[in-house]
Parts: sequence; structure tokens; C-alpha cells
Amino acid sequence: MTETTTSSALPEKLAGATPEVIARPIRGLSDKAIAWFFIGPTILLLLAINIFPLIWTIWLSFTNYRANRPNAEVKMVGLDWYHRILGDGDVWLAMQTTAHFVVWTIIIETVLGFGLAWLIDKKFRGHGLWTTVILIPMMLSPAVVGNFWTFLYQPQSGLFNYAVGFLTGIDPSSFQMLGSVRLSPWAIVIVDAWMWTPYVMLICLAGLRSIPDYIYEAAEVDRASPWRQFWSITLPMALPFIMLAVLFRGIENFKMFDMVNLLTGGGPGSTTEVVSITLKRQAFESWRTGYSSALAIILFVTVFGLANIYVKALNRVKQR
Amino acid sequence: MSGLSQAHSVVAPSTATRRIAGAIVIVYALVTLIPLLWIIATSFKTPPDSIAYPPKIVFTPSLEGYVNLFTTRTRQSPEMLAQLPPPTTWYDKLVRSRNMVIAGPSNVIPRFVNSIIIAFGSTFLAVFLGTLAAYGFSRFRVPLKDDLLFFILSTRMMPPIAVAIPIYLMYREIGLTDTKLGMILLYTAVNVSLAVWLLKGFIDEIPREYEEAAMIDGYTRLQAFRKAVLPQAATGIAATAIFCLIFAWNEYAFAVLLTSGNAQTMPPFIPFIIGEGGQDWPAVAAATTLFVIPILVFTILLRKHLLRGITFGAVRK
Repeated sequence: MTETTTSSALPEKLAGATPEVIARPIRGLSDKAIAWFFIGPTILLLLAINIFPLIWTIWLSFTNYRANRPNAEVKMVGLDWYHRILGDGDVWLAMQTTAHFVVWTIIIETVLGFGLAWLIDKKFRGHGLWTTVILIPMMLSPAVVGNFWTFLYQPQSGLFNYAVGFLTGIDPSSFQMLGSVRLSPWAIVIVDAWMWTPYVMLICLAGLRSIPDYIYEAAEVDRASPWRQFWSITLPMALPFIMLAVLFRGIENFKMFDMVNLLTGGGPGSTTEVVSITLKRQAFESWRTGYSSALAIILFVTVFGLANIYVKALNRVKQR
Repeated sequence: MSGLSQAHSVVAPSTATRRIAGAIVIVYALVTLIPLLWIIATSFKTPPDSIAYPPKIVFTPSLEGYVNLFTTRTRQSPEMLAQLPPPTTWYDKLVRSRNMVIAGPSNVIPRFVNSIIIAFGSTFLAVFLGTLAAYGFSRFRVPLKDDLLFFILSTRMMPPIAVAIPIYLMYREIGLTDTKLGMILLYTAVNVSLAVWLLKGFIDEIPREYEEAAMIDGYTRLQAFRKAVLPQAATGIAATAIFCLIFAWNEYAFAVLLTSGNAQTMPPFIPFIIGEGGQDWPAVAAATTLFVIPILVFTILLRKHLLRGITFGAVRK
């Protein structure tokens, strides 16, 4: 409150010297006071629910604290956990699993999503309605999606296995999408692609629609082939949008938890154990709070670092 | 590619191009809709039909899944059942035909109510705080504005499990574990970053002249905000609210780690609807269907603003 009164003193003085019209709003609350009054609560909430916990996590990552033994003596262990995590083969394996998941989902979703957007941009009759229909999967709860895909992936009766069997002639009970070490990493990629291709499509569509017609008209006058137009107009001009979609999907899938947790729970063994699942297992099953806090910090720094690098690259593309 | 190259101008694709493009898109849309339609169909199957091989596309609809979803049942011996008075309602009859009796209601209604309370509560708070903050950022010179906005966005980049560890400990200390209030506060914090970014975009688009005119007419800044800005921002606020609702409605990671009963919402509850010998798929499908219907309605309401919502307002159009 003290800040409010001191900051309103100057405008009050100015109010006397300013024309009536401008002086009037100042007599209520000063703009500066309103600004803080409006923004303050949000900042406070985020400090309490995001920043304070983050700082706590950093502190925990230097201790041997275990959440299931709140009364045990807490010892500082320095950088031990970080040391151990970076040398931990399981963590690196989880990172590889995550990388496989992130890279393949992005490739599939970008190719399919851009292709769909390009087709929708041909503006066939009813494209608005069909666009909305395509968007439905991404609006669903990832947890619920993961759960019902376990049903579709059932070896005998599941619709997915049946459809694959029907189309390829393979016996639908001869393969297990979720139970096999070889197939389960692809099972999670398929579900993610099913769910999030519409997301990439929607952003790409905005990119394609942002290209002004006159550029194509000019290209037509110059007799540029459609192939040439695609590579030198359509793709480069839509590229910032494609990269934006890749950025968002990359961050989201790096953190992926819900869908994978319900679909495979990280299994079989640890073949689909992405880092969020490792983190959950360490934090809420093994109760290694210090260790998992350190892992959480490493994850956060990684996401943040990648996002920052990417945003810089994105800005460079935009400037071109 | 070669078929499409017939077009004289990309600006106006030929009829043939349009038809081919339309056909491919429609086939894709229909194929990707199959999983959801299959789940809705499964909710009207009997348990044996739901796991039949080959999968049954044509089946006699049954409400067993819905009955199982809303009740808990116990298996009885035929002698016991013979002694009972005859079933009075259609659902009693249905359960009795499986040699079971209804023992009581299941937990689904409390879970559904939790989902509704937590989703609406956190949405209201997030939109309320977000509107104020967005107006502040849009109209006033705030020191370190860009840094604050980036800070608000960055809170959304944290992996939920990473945030859940200290939140779990914090809530345990202050007694918010497994409470609706705790979940509402948490979802508000997650949603407020989206709300600020989206609403700032919407408010930026409202010309300042409206407020200036109102202030010239003698309104204070706050009155001008209420009477000139809010009505103009109504559509944006509604769209933002629906986005927040969808997030809170769908959220799973925090819910599964921080709630166990009292405040449990639908997403962590649905996978644990079990019958005898594993998941009761028609009941799970019934729960999924009921859970998804509001989302389908919201998607249709939101379709014009979807792009903005999913990109944090980065792409407007």
C-alpha cells in the first residue's frame, strides 16, 4: 500500500497542472496503482504455486530428503544426485526413449499435418466442417485417450489389431502392440500422432492462409511450375508456422506423461519409459525425493534451454 | 502431384483438384474418427460383445455398460437369487440376468461432480485474474513487462510431474492434499498463464479510443474498464474460459498424484472402473462417452478461436 500512496503523489501534483480531461482519471486510482492491483494477484499466485515450489525443488535436490519419511534428519548431499543422474544408465535410456518418441511424433505429425493443411487450403466444399471434425482428437483428455487405446490395442479383440490383420492378412492375435518390446515404442507414437496431427494441421493451415494471393499470381505470370511455386513460395512462407507447431509439440511431448502412463505405464519393462514416467516412479513409487528433484530440475532446464534455442532460430526464420 | 498440376492458378484450384483434396481429407477425418466412434459404440455393448472376436460392428444395443458404471454389484448364488423378490426396475432386471444384485451407487457421480466443481472453480478464478492482468499488461507501462510475460508463459513449460513433487509436500504441510480447493488453486495457476496470454491478445485488439472516450465522459479508469472494455472483450473472455475449462476437465497428472478420493476427478477415475476380471470395458466406454460429450460441444463452440488458444495467442487469424 505504501508504494501506491507514494507513486500517486506525483500524478496528483501533475493533475493540478494538466487539463481537466486528463486530470480526471488520475483522481481515482492512479494508473500505476491500477496496473499493480491488476497484475499483482496473478504474479503472487504464480510465485506461490510455481516459483516457490521450484525453489523448494532446487533445495530438495541438494538433500537426501524422502517424502515418505518426513521426520528423518535431512542431510545436505551437495551435487551428489546430479552426479549420479548424469551417470545413471537408466536415465539415459529414458532420455533415448523420450527422444525416439519426440522425434518420430514430430516427423509424422508435421508431414501428415502439413499435407492435410495443404489439401484443406484447396478450399473444397465443406472444408470448414471437415476441419472441425479432424480437430476432435486433440481436444480429448490425453489420459482418457491413452486408456481407450489400450482397448483398441487388445491382441485378440482390439479394433486396431483386427484392422491391421484385415488389411495385411497378419493374424490379429499374433502381435501385441503394448506387450512387445519392439512394437510398444511405436504404439505410443501412433496414438500421439492420431491425437496431435490435427494440432500441427491447424497451425500449418494458418501459415498457408497467411500467404497473400498476389505472390502466387506473380509466380503464375512468371510461369513458375506448381512444383516450383510449392518449394519457393508455399513452403518457405509457411515455415515459421511449421516451426511454431514443432516447438509446441516438442515441448509437450518431451514432458509427455498422461497418455503414456495409461497406455503402457512405461512398460513392457522400461521400453516406453519416457523421462516423466521415470520421474514419477522415482518420486512417487521409490520415494527418492532428493534424486527425483534433481532429475526434475535437469528436465526443466533442458526444456527451457531447448525452447530458448528454438525461439531464437524461429525469430531468425521470421526475419528472412 | 501431377494430377494437381493441371490447375491454372494456385489461387483458385480447379474443380478436379478440389474434389481430390476433399476426398482425401474426408477419408482421413472418417478414419481418425473411428476410435472415438468405436468407444461410443462399445458403451452400448454387453461385456461379452465388447471383447468378441471378430469385433462386432453390428450388435444388439444394451445399457449394461451405463448400469454398471453407476452401480456397484455383488454376485449371488442362484439359490440366493431365487429367494429374492422379483426385480422391479429394468436395471435391476438387467443386473439380475447376470446373477448379480445391485449393492449401491458407484463413485462415478461424486467424481463427476468433483470434475465439474474443480473445472468451473479454477476457470472462474483463472479468467478473473487473467482478465485483470491482461488489461494491466495491455494498457499500462509495466516495468519489465516482457520479462514478466515471459515468466508467466514459462511456468507452463514445467513438466507437471516436476511441479507435483514440491506441491505434494507443500499441500501435505498445509492440509490441501486431496481437497477441491487445492486442485482449484493448482489448476488456476496453470491456466492463468494461458488466460493472460490469450486475453492480452484480445484486449490489445480493442481500440484504446473506447476507454479514452469513456474517460472524457467522466468515467474513472476502473469504470471505463468495466463499461467500455469488458463488454468489448466478452467473446475473448468466453473463448478463454472454454480453453481453461477444457484443460481443467482433461487434466490427469496432478489429479492422479495429488488426489485419492475426496477430490478425485474423472480422468484418474475412469481407468479404474473394473468389473470381474479386469476392466469393465462397456462401463469404461460409458464413462468416456459421458466425459467426452461436453468437450465435443466446447470444440464446436470454440472452432473459430481454436488456433489462438492452442498457440497461446501467438497465431491470431
